[in-house]
Amino acid sequence: MDEKVYKVRKPISDKIFSVIVVVFLALFVIITLYPVLNTVVLSFNDGIDAVRGKIYLWPRKFSIKNYKTVFGMQNIWVGAKVTVGRTVLATITSLIANALLAFVVSRKKFLFKSQLSLFWVITMYVNGGMIPVFLLYKNLGLTGTFHVYWIPGMISAFNMLVMRTYMEGIPESLEESAQLDGAGYWTVFLHIISPLCKPVYATVALFIAVWQWNSWFDAMLYNRMKTEYTTLQYELMKLLSSVMQQSGSAENAKNGANTITPVTIRAAATVVTMLPIVMLYPFLQRYFVTGLTIGGVKE
Amino acid sequence: MARENNKKKEKITLKEIKKQSFLMIVTFCMVAYGIVFYYWPLTGWIMAFQNYKPKNGLLHSKFVGLDKFKFLFEDDVFIKVIRNTFAMGLINLVTTTIMAVLFAIILNEVRKGWLKKPIQTISYLPHFLSWIVVTGILHDSLSSSGIVNDILLRFGIIKQAINFFAFPKYFWPIVAFANCWKETGWNAIIYLAAITSIDPSLYEAASIDGADRLQKIRYITLPGIKPTFLILLLMNVGNVLNAGFEVQYLLGNGLVQSVSQTIDIYVLKWGISQNDYSLGTAAGLFKSAVSILLIVIANELAKRYSDERLF
Repeated sequence: MDEKVYKVRKPISDKIFSVIVVVFLALFVIITLYPVLNTVVLSFNDGIDAVRGKIYLWPRKFSIKNYKTVFGMQNIWVGAKVTVGRTVLATITSLIANALLAFVVSRKKFLFKSQLSLFWVITMYVNGGMIPVFLLYKNLGLTGTFHVYWIPGMISAFNMLVMRTYMEGIPESLEESAQLDGAGYWTVFLHIISPLCKPVYATVALFIAVWQWNSWFDAMLYNRMKTEYTTLQYELMKLLSSVMQQSGSAENAKNGANTITPVTIRAAATVVTMLPIVMLYPFLQRYFVTGLTIGGVKE
Repeated sequence: MARENNKKKEKITLKEIKKQSFLMIVTFCMVAYGIVFYYWPLTGWIMAFQNYKPKNGLLHSKFVGLDKFKFLFEDDVFIKVIRNTFAMGLINLVTTTIMAVLFAIILNEVRKGWLKKPIQTISYLPHFLSWIVVTGILHDSLSSSGIVNDILLRFGIIKQAINFFAFPKYFWPIVAFANCWKETGWNAIIYLAAITSIDPSLYEAASIDGADRLQKIRYITLPGIKPTFLILLLMNVGNVLNAGFEVQYLLGNGLVQSVSQTIDIYVLKWGISQNDYSLGTAAGLFKSAVSILLIVIANELAKRYSDERLF
């Protein structure tokens, strides 16, 4: 697409178009970044001062008291511990399970490969729904435990398909030559396929980790009464929802001004929950871009 | 694929089966897991036709036929809930798709790598934030002292700050905006990949013929991403009804509940909070049935009018 080579004279419409491109992207970047930056700025501003509003891209009265308050909350620490625990555990177990499944369904010689594949693809479209699933977890004794965070969602057909597509692209001859040397399927999986699959493993691990880190609904639904299994997002939700419920009427907002969490403390809690992922994702960009491109388009 | 399988099957010997024992063991575990966590809950659909009581279980609860469904469709709230779910699902599907395509095309027009890369990185950011964070940020931005009211007041567009969350007419646009804000950059990844795979010589030829950039987009880029667009549309049509829970649950409040409640919220309210498992299941079953119907219809349409299909 190197246009300079041809030295074609550019029409005036192209210049207008360039302006539109620049304006659109500038607006896009501002709208995407500003609310996030503003939250970070608010989190570093004095709480009482912030009530006056009009704080934009720099704190008016710098303070780290908000963070002291947030880190002083017992349940934030519990939530952080549970969130880190479930993210690490689920990422490892779920990655292994999905990789094994993808490996099996991508073996061209395997007897039940298409049946097993279909068995899992169906789960993408048909599911029992909230109530039957809730009752199942209850009957299995998963509700009210930490295990409800990592056991039920261990295998996802979507992640399996992403990996399968990638594994199917690996030449069969590699596997065959290993098998001639007497390697079984386990060895092939561990020493031939897995090392070649690192990019797609990274992609899927990121998908799982983000999903785990950002989950709040399972904490609310299955562990509402168990404060020892609360998660960071659920704690943040409790902080925020006290405010949101009141936005319905101005009357409430005025009366409740003293009881709701100050905006600066909410901002600090928000920054704490989003920071790890925001710091991490730029470095994993090339993985999820390729992962999404190979897996996403081909079903 | 089936024919290929048969050919392979002829060659399969006892030795081959023995060699595949590892694959068989994994298969067995995966099927057992799938049955427990994905297929077993389907038996719970029976509850929709019962007056389910936990102490009686599925086997001994009283069957009531279609009573629960009758209750649902005589409930004005549920009719509104169906409307809300469909409306927001469709609005979100259309707006997020348009934004993703638009963003991908415009970003592709940026030739300078040092400018393109950072913009792309920034565009992914909101995807990695949870809905809790996104709705919290959105709530602050739209509050009476938030940035949106600030700008509108400053430019004299409004005379008094608007409480956006108090009026039903703003709710659907807010939800659509929230979805676009969160997913535009992420959804554009696939479209950008599709654009990159278009043969560059097409653009070169068009340049020589004197086409301007808009014409190149119109006649080369857009047709080039059409297959991707159709496949994604197909996949998302079945999800239209699934797209209505987190945002609506987190942003909804008493004043806008006539437009904010969706099927999933209804299920949560009746099934979990009120312990009417049967009614909750019936509403969920209705949603699943409509979703499957939508996928089948979309698939048929795609088969008839183009080469794309899911299955």
